[in-house]
Amino acid sequence: MNAAATTHDDGSHHDDHHDHKPGFFVRWFMSTNHKDIGTLYIIFSIIAGLVGGAFSMMMRLELQEPGVQFLTDAAGNPDGHMWNVIVTAHGLIMVFFVVMPGLIGGFGNWFLPLMIGAPDMAFPRLNNISFWLLVPAFFLLLGSAFVGGGVGTGWTIYPPLSSALGHPDMGVDMAIFALHLAGASSILGAANFITTIFNMRAPGMTLHKMPLFVWSMLVTAFLLVLAVPVLGGAITMLLTDRNFGTAFFNPEGGGDPILYQHLFWFIGHPEVYIMILPAFGIVSHIVSTFSQKPIFGYLGMAYAMVAIGFVGFVVWAHHMYTVGLDVNTRAYFTAATLIIAVPTGIKIFSWIATMWGGSISFKTPMLFAIGFIFLFTVGGVTGVVLANAGMDVALHDTYYVVAHFHYVLSLGAVFALFAGYYYWAGKMFGKMYPEWMGQLHFWTTFIGVNILFFPQHFLGLQGMPRRYIDYPDAFADWNQISSYGGYLAGMSTLWFIFVALYTQFFGKKAVGNYWNVQPQSMTLEWTLPSPPPFHQFEIQPKMK
Amino acid sequence: MLKKICISLGLAALFSVFMLDPALADQPVDWGITMQDAASPSAERIHSFHNGLLYVIFGTGLFVMALLIWVMIRFNKRANPTPSTVTHNVLLEIIWTVFPVVILIVIAVPSFNLLYYVDRTENAEMTLKVTGYQWYWGYDYPDHGDINFQAYIVPESEINAEAGQVRLLSTDNPVVLPIDTNIQIDIAAADVLHAWAVPALGVKMDAVPGRLNSTWFRINKPGTYFGQCSELCGKDHAYMPIEIKAVPKDEFAQWVIAQGGTMPVIEDHADESAALTDETSTTMTTKEETVPDTSQDAGEQPEKTSAASEEHPEGVE
Repeated sequence: MNAAATTHDDGSHHDDHHDHKPGFFVRWFMSTNHKDIGTLYIIFSIIAGLVGGAFSMMMRLELQEPGVQFLTDAAGNPDGHMWNVIVTAHGLIMVFFVVMPGLIGGFGNWFLPLMIGAPDMAFPRLNNISFWLLVPAFFLLLGSAFVGGGVGTGWTIYPPLSSALGHPDMGVDMAIFALHLAGASSILGAANFITTIFNMRAPGMTLHKMPLFVWSMLVTAFLLVLAVPVLGGAITMLLTDRNFGTAFFNPEGGGDPILYQHLFWFIGHPEVYIMILPAFGIVSHIVSTFSQKPIFGYLGMAYAMVAIGFVGFVVWAHHMYTVGLDVNTRAYFTAATLIIAVPTGIKIFSWIATMWGGSISFKTPMLFAIGFIFLFTVGGVTGVVLANAGMDVALHDTYYVVAHFHYVLSLGAVFALFAGYYYWAGKMFGKMYPEWMGQLHFWTTFIGVNILFFPQHFLGLQGMPRRYIDYPDAFADWNQISSYGGYLAGMSTLWFIFVALYTQFFGKKAVGNYWNVQPQSMTLEWTLPSPPPFHQFEIQPKMK
Repeated sequence: MLKKICISLGLAALFSVFMLDPALADQPVDWGITMQDAASPSAERIHSFHNGLLYVIFGTGLFVMALLIWVMIRFNKRANPTPSTVTHNVLLEIIWTVFPVVILIVIAVPSFNLLYYVDRTENAEMTLKVTGYQWYWGYDYPDHGDINFQAYIVPESEINAEAGQVRLLSTDNPVVLPIDTNIQIDIAAADVLHAWAVPALGVKMDAVPGRLNSTWFRINKPGTYFGQCSELCGKDHAYMPIEIKAVPKDEFAQWVIAQGGTMPVIEDHADESAALTDETSTTMTTKEETVPDTSQDAGEQPEKTSAASEEHPEGVE
């Protein structure tokens, strides 16, 4: 397949040599162009991020002081169910509708074909449906809040709380359908990425010459293809338990709620790596570019990701240390989980070694990347603590866990989203953000999220459980600090929206290689103008 | 050299902050940053393991931070205008692969010891049966003549702070337990998942319908210990606390009699207490079947009971 074949097959593109784009509706609603679909994903991710972020602001507002001030029902009593709905929506939206669409759908779609020298994705129409499945999924999830009071199960949707016993109304069914659609979108997208990577690399680009972002997308896509169908199975079993009298997870019919947890975390844990591996890829490129050095230990970096992906499938029950698993099982999962620290350590040290001896310039993307490396390390070491099943007795389902996974996701994956945006915004949209605006965004975010999440370690050690609308008064101090940090992080997110809009309308024009990426860190997207033509690589690039 | 001194000073400062032993606290305290004081051997071991881990994670975190600061100072554009071209160093890569492995092994050995220690006790001297309901806890004392009661949260308006009651933590029926006694805790749920957790005693175990989970603790000193439900269970998840009143053995015996229960005859003999454990388990099995009957609606009762009793041998083992 090459550029000529694609364009000639498609009647709507009359003359691509002059870069004629289709009309507005056809271009944005029937898009088959990987760059346009990538842009749609990014816009979607930002909008969903604002919704998910609004939920976190509600939570921090409510938790700022002990007692229930805001989330009360008509009679003025605490509305614990509404709280649970907010917690659930925040989790599901951030995971399935912000981080995944942003990192995988957005940057993956945009830069995977560019980096391997391909004219587009292997299956452009599949790419289109992947995106457009996500939109109704999001609306179904949001809509579920208005059906029977909403889904208050936590993002894990554990039965029996999520079965007819705990949620008799149809809200949970709607949420299940939302995840069905989001899951189908992920699987189709992943199949598309795998096919593209295996078949459409420029001549000379062997697997071992592939940019690390492409490696990260390859591993991520395999994780998606292997894990997400299991989620589909689990929630479908839940659906039939709820509606058709099966009893997969119902002890009264011989089922077992723990079975659901096994199935859920079999996908839930790889899901975590699905969110962080693309971040690893993005950070690698940024560190290399701004240090003006090639990646240190490229093969180690690539295979560390493969190892993380592989081990990610055999550690799921560390989310279930307190459910009553056999002690030997827990010993195994402790050992397996600790092992993940090894490839992760390789990555951290390789990034630092890449910077070592470099000539580093601290532009916004680099600041976010360095912030990522440090904060991911903090989240990583608390992960080592939580990996121990004996220790987990004290910390399971406390704010320590909340702090841990927000350090790796909110301060890890989301930092990578911002890093990727600042790194590539000029390439994608042809406009440069004003540097001071980006740096201001970085510092407010960095300070805000640390004030927000670091005290939560203390709350967790003191024993404050997760998912609580109200807490004993002794937890008030750190919760208040945490909320202040939350507001700062929230405001800096609004600032980011302003920066993004400002850049779009008033940003300076970006040149092709605006970061002056040196040959040793060069990837193919920098050989193109900014933004790239509607169809790129009409002459196929060749790698040495 | 200077760097080393800085690092060790920083380490010392941070550790002193984190290892401070604040005033004795078996419950959360204002501005608390440590775990609640340990009141059981399990919790003590968890604490000592965690204290060891703190050195490792602070060491790692500060090491990475120091490296980052160093490269930012030493290798920024102004300090180092010409980048090096090094891309490999096999020895270095082997070191940063092997060294973490060694550290992890050092962590894993005490971790396994801790895990097997907190898991269960061989010589349980008595059993407490805990059942999670939406949204309260049910307690049974199978070894003490069928004492059973439910514990609900004390509403905010009725909190008596002078009597030591704490908002969101105190219950109307504290669980009275003897100190210096190996207590086996059997945990089940009647509706959705719950988790019975008491941080100061180093115990947290999910309550799962259709299963009987067990764990154990031994309370070191008399006092009041609090815990909270630790598995999302619906709208009043935050409002089903756990309050334990630990008393000396004789006081416990008095309490049992006052509740109309009986003290078991056999005590203080290792062999016999082992036998007692088995007996307890059997009692449990028959008892459990009767629990749902009293509290659940009738429709699905027979199925539930049989499913539940099938689970028991495994759960109690």
